[in-house]
Amino acid sequence: MAKKPNSWVRDKLFLGMEFQDYFRSLFTPANFIAVAILCFAIPAMIYRLFYGLGPSTNLSDTYPWGLWIGFDILVGIALAAPGLALGTAVHLFGMKEYRHFVRPAILSSLLGYIFAVFALLFDLGRYYRIPYLLGWSWGFSSILFLIGWHFFLYINICLIEWSPALFEWLNLRKAREFFSKLAIWATIFGVIIAGGHQSALGGLYLVTPGKLHPLWYSLLLPVFFLLSAVFAGISMVIVESTISHRVFKRQLEHFDHAKFDGLTIGLGKATASGLFIYFILKMFDLAHSNTWGYLNTPYGYWFLVETLGFVLFPALLFTSGARNQNTKLVRFAGLLTVLGVILNRLNVSVIAYNWNLPASLRYYPKWTEVALTIGVITMLVLAYRFIVNRMAIMYDHPAYESEH
Amino acid sequence: MRISRREFLKRTATVAGTTLLGGSTVAHAYNIEKHDPSIFSTGNTANERNWKVWVERSKTPPVHEERYGVLVDTTLCIGCRRCEWACNDWNKNPNRPIKEFEASVQHKKSVFDEVRRMHAGNFTVVNRFYSSKDGNPIYVKRQCLHCEEPGCLSSCFVDAYRKTQKGPVLYNASVCIGCRYCMLACPFDVPAYEYHSALNPQITKCTLCYDRITKEGFVPACVEICPAEVLRFGKREDLINSAHEKIRNNPGKYIDHVYGEHEVGGTSWLYLSSVPFEEIGFRTGLGETPIPELSKGYLFMVKMFEIVGAWPLVFAAYYAISKMRNKHAKGETQSSEKKGGGHG
Repeated sequence: MAKKPNSWVRDKLFLGMEFQDYFRSLFTPANFIAVAILCFAIPAMIYRLFYGLGPSTNLSDTYPWGLWIGFDILVGIALAAPGLALGTAVHLFGMKEYRHFVRPAILSSLLGYIFAVFALLFDLGRYYRIPYLLGWSWGFSSILFLIGWHFFLYINICLIEWSPALFEWLNLRKAREFFSKLAIWATIFGVIIAGGHQSALGGLYLVTPGKLHPLWYSLLLPVFFLLSAVFAGISMVIVESTISHRVFKRQLEHFDHAKFDGLTIGLGKATASGLFIYFILKMFDLAHSNTWGYLNTPYGYWFLVETLGFVLFPALLFTSGARNQNTKLVRFAGLLTVLGVILNRLNVSVIAYNWNLPASLRYYPKWTEVALTIGVITMLVLAYRFIVNRMAIMYDHPAYESEH
Repeated sequence: MRISRREFLKRTATVAGTTLLGGSTVAHAYNIEKHDPSIFSTGNTANERNWKVWVERSKTPPVHEERYGVLVDTTLCIGCRRCEWACNDWNKNPNRPIKEFEASVQHKKSVFDEVRRMHAGNFTVVNRFYSSKDGNPIYVKRQCLHCEEPGCLSSCFVDAYRKTQKGPVLYNASVCIGCRYCMLACPFDVPAYEYHSALNPQITKCTLCYDRITKEGFVPACVEICPAEVLRFGKREDLINSAHEKIRNNPGKYIDHVYGEHEVGGTSWLYLSSVPFEEIGFRTGLGETPIPELSKGYLFMVKMFEIVGAWPLVFAAYYAISKMRNKHAKGETQSSEKKGGGHG
């Protein structure tokens, strides 16, 4: 065997270890859990592909969309907004102090979108026809058409934004330079494209006035979805950076804790203002559509749990955390905000959808649906870790440091 | 073999509904809903056949065609379900002997015990309700209403639907990706899906027998078989006029509303009723705004934002780049200050 490719594989893929050592290093508790999850998820995927949606899901003619759309797409895409939020702040508003948050944010957006689309393929009846959408049959009057095209464009944009890290890893200096210059343009179009489809995901439900509960149905749905995607994106940066600073400690030698905490609080302030605007808009919407009466019903209580417990409460926590320089509180509020956005998306797509049906006719996911969803999340985390361990995501690449 | 399995499932469902759950109607309905044999149907051919008829017809130069529709007088329906049989028969959906359909109305326990909806293997169902006025049963036929401005059409991201001049809304299975957004967008919950097909699932729905009504002298299969003159096929304008005439000439018999005349912008199927429509399974309060209008405004806004809003962003980017270039030109030495190490 030739010596050269062998060492390339060793350096680039096996983290500088021999294959045997690398293989042994994979036996960790985290990997064990991941494999255990995939043992359920992959059979669920195969079951879906061979037997169809009927046997493998609880979807029905009354519930055409379930967990796979509600969680994998609506939640997944909202939580994949860090690239949008941070890319805009740093590249457009020139907030260079957040520079180090950008690469992890873009990577999580890229992987978030790729895996959301991957999960979507299982939900589509004829997944193999997906290219039809791009080049064969165009439904211009459909909001879903807009979303489909925007997903396609945005994945490409994220690829361009992320590619400098790839080319640093591959040591292709020229390609890196070229794509670094493209990256700023990609960011600009990313803002337009991401803003368009984040709001369009809410727009999907504009056509369901009779089916979605009046407390959630609103002509402002696109605005709510866009705004919540922005603060979900920033909150995800808070949560993700907290986690990844623990997991990837080894990579952060010159890490300045005080500065990091300060920046986290800055992100908290931004989220708080987003949350307050969102809350006020929600109240205006209640008043405008005059749906106060529904508040004193079970659905109303649930609505209050969402808007008070997961919007107003974290907003107040952020405010208090920022005032008292309490980073822990900001991180906790970030987590609450993320959970709140998950709750909101599931409410719109599943819980408050078909609200006037009797309880026994309601949809709840089958185990295969849950297994596939958790499996796709696991794959995302594994891919994220694989890339961060190999490329300059968390730190500046030593050979290119001066060019940032 | 297939029939016997269906029968078995149906019976199991009934037993489960009556014994295990104490005969609660809702639980009963749930079991039937899960095991209705038409749910398992796959390989529908009627929608594709009708689409081909439309493609063939649209090749010839367009001539103006009148809008047609069907007027349903729910006060006349006797619940014989022959329309269901005729529909299955014409569209080659899974069927049973017509006697079994006719017998439902006499049986104590029957399909009428729960409110049904259309599934992959049936385009129409007849449901039973009880009048709040006199307690008598009211039978209501349900199928695609063929909207004037269909929500399914505007929601379809591969443009698989067409509103034909004559009235029927047709579906093209050969481009459908199976996203099922049309099912969400339909205000009448009409499109059904072949969930039990692993490779070629499609939407199924009533075609208003486009392949029949485009031939001189033919009416939809359900209209033809109806023995009680519940269904009347004709020009939509005429049907609306005669519906209002019926209401005027029979004071107290009908409520003064023709369902489908204005609902979501109007539909090809029109209904008359003696009791308020929400009592016989119709979704009321839908308003007169066509479903496509609900998303049109938003789509316009997005396009405006993307075209108009893009320019300031592009200039901002250009500004940022030129600033960066200036900085680089001024001196590479300054960059040495940025050695803070990694965050993020």
